[in-house]
Amino acid sequence: MEPTSQRVDSSTQAETRLMKGNEALAEAAIRSGMQAYFGYPITPQSEILEYFTAEAPKHNFVVLQAESELAAINMVYGAGGAGARVMTSSSSPGISLMQEGISYMASAEIPCLVVNVQRGGPGLGTIQPAQGDYFQATKGGGHGDYRLLVLAPASVQEMADFVFDGFRLADKYRTPVLILADGALGQMMEKVVLPPSGSLPFIDKPWATTGKPASRERNILTSLHMEPEKMEEINVKLQDKYRKMQQEVRYEVIGAENPEMVIVAFGLTARICLKAIELAKERGIKVALLRPITLYPFPYDAIARLTSTAYAFLTVEMNAGQMVEDVRLAVNGKRPVYFKGRMGGMIPSPEDVLLEIETIAEKQQTTTV
Amino acid sequence: MESAATTNHMEIVYERPVTLTDTPMHYCPGCGHGVVHRVLMEVINEMGIQDRTVGVAPVGCSVFAYNYMNVDMQEAAHGRASAVATGIKRVLPEKYVYSYQGDGDLAAIGTGETIHTVNRGENILMIFINNAIYGMTGGQMAPTSILGQVTSTTPYGRKSDLNGFPLKITDLVTQLPGAYYVTRQSVHTAAAVRKLKKAIEASFKYQPLKKGTCFIEVVSNCPSGWKMTPIEANAWMEKNMFPLYPIGDLKVPKQN
Repeated sequence: MEPTSQRVDSSTQAETRLMKGNEALAEAAIRSGMQAYFGYPITPQSEILEYFTAEAPKHNFVVLQAESELAAINMVYGAGGAGARVMTSSSSPGISLMQEGISYMASAEIPCLVVNVQRGGPGLGTIQPAQGDYFQATKGGGHGDYRLLVLAPASVQEMADFVFDGFRLADKYRTPVLILADGALGQMMEKVVLPPSGSLPFIDKPWATTGKPASRERNILTSLHMEPEKMEEINVKLQDKYRKMQQEVRYEVIGAENPEMVIVAFGLTARICLKAIELAKERGIKVALLRPITLYPFPYDAIARLTSTAYAFLTVEMNAGQMVEDVRLAVNGKRPVYFKGRMGGMIPSPEDVLLEIETIAEKQQTTTV
Repeated sequence: MESAATTNHMEIVYERPVTLTDTPMHYCPGCGHGVVHRVLMEVINEMGIQDRTVGVAPVGCSVFAYNYMNVDMQEAAHGRASAVATGIKRVLPEKYVYSYQGDGDLAAIGTGETIHTVNRGENILMIFINNAIYGMTGGQMAPTSILGQVTSTTPYGRKSDLNGFPLKITDLVTQLPGAYYVTRQSVHTAAAVRKLKKAIEASFKYQPLKKGTCFIEVVSNCPSGWKMTPIEANAWMEKNMFPLYPIGDLKVPKQN
């Protein structure tokens, strides 16, 4: 394929715009040199498909509205296997439908980018934002032993930036990468600095099925290995890769130095918690936020280190308590880990979080007195 | 006795095309898959397009097609071969792309993908092997199993009130405007094999025209699944399947 970085367009420089998260993600994908997008409409992320179909005539990429998420993810398999920089996007129910294809791609080592703009579930749920797909995103999702590298944006800027990171990491590790956003991040408008086109290099993909020249053996992309010895070998190779992926762990710590309490929250919830931390500061409670940016790999060590100063941890999520299990693994019983969650598309307010902080602080005082 | 000199001058008139790997096939005696594989690979070899062809293998008996076909190949999930082929063809529009699927794959679990791939007129060749049974999983009812047919999941014969009717998916896709060339062939006689080869050749010649999907159904047999000898199976196929799935063209391109 002709790398799309060679196309002629006006986006060769960084540019500041006011955009919806979904649109910023789509524009960033075009600037990243995305070569194909296959998707199916679902709220709250349909703007991504709409943006691509509107922009396609100006650029050199494939965009196709598939008949289902099942078809879309398998088109991604085909195009990714043919060596293209390819992505899809959907929201929670649609991502569930894609799990089969994602498992096959993880096994056949086909790189791609999948975006989940989460909505409340289970079932058809609601179109309001949620974080109920954390387990699905970070623990595998489909059948078999595999992991996705998961990036969790918390702003429109990161919706754009993580497309570049996602494609780069997908190629580096020959694996599907997931951006785990939510309906609010997809729909809200913020200022975003868009990276210039052509800044993400293309790498050689000698494994891709592009037609077998006489000079090489045929390339086969498959996830089927009937001999258990061979299938175990494939699994060992995948697990080695996931171990190497641990070096990509990303997080940030914001707020009080030597905090007495640490909030762990990702995505939209992390931003809500920042406001709560400000309110807590006014009340004399020193709280810091640890925001995992990669949900897989998870920043276990960074959380573990904070057990030396903090007397308690609070995890805030828009679900019934999913990431909190990883926080408990990291804290490993050294400190209490509390949880505050809202479900079904409800968003916790800073005041909700402040109340939790105050309750935990009071409990600590009672215990120490 | 022939002299060595005479032997040296013997002309080789039949050999394995370079597009077929030197691998013994796992198919049962009498099965049609091996013949279809060979004919398909002969065409790719004779047209000199091995370096520009990408195939998609299905789930089913022909799941290991890529072990025999010496072209770049992707293994699709069950039913999704035509979606995978769509993805390949859209990013490599100048390459020859084909999918190869059985009846369960193409006409049951993959019905949605089949209809929409043809309806979009994807410029690929879809090869559909119809042997009216799930061979790989042990002889269960297929969407194309005929009424009264005994399978491991229709032990008293397929009944329309319980199992519905045999799905004539090729007739269905013929109705779609995206279909460019639709034909139904078989491989049970030398003459039938020659006709199939012509149909495959035509399909690959049509592909660069970008006029739509070429769809070839091959009515075939399953001696193991049907629990018959190969000769009995072919006779059963002619008697019971051909009336329902008549051999011949269903849609041919208009002559320019």
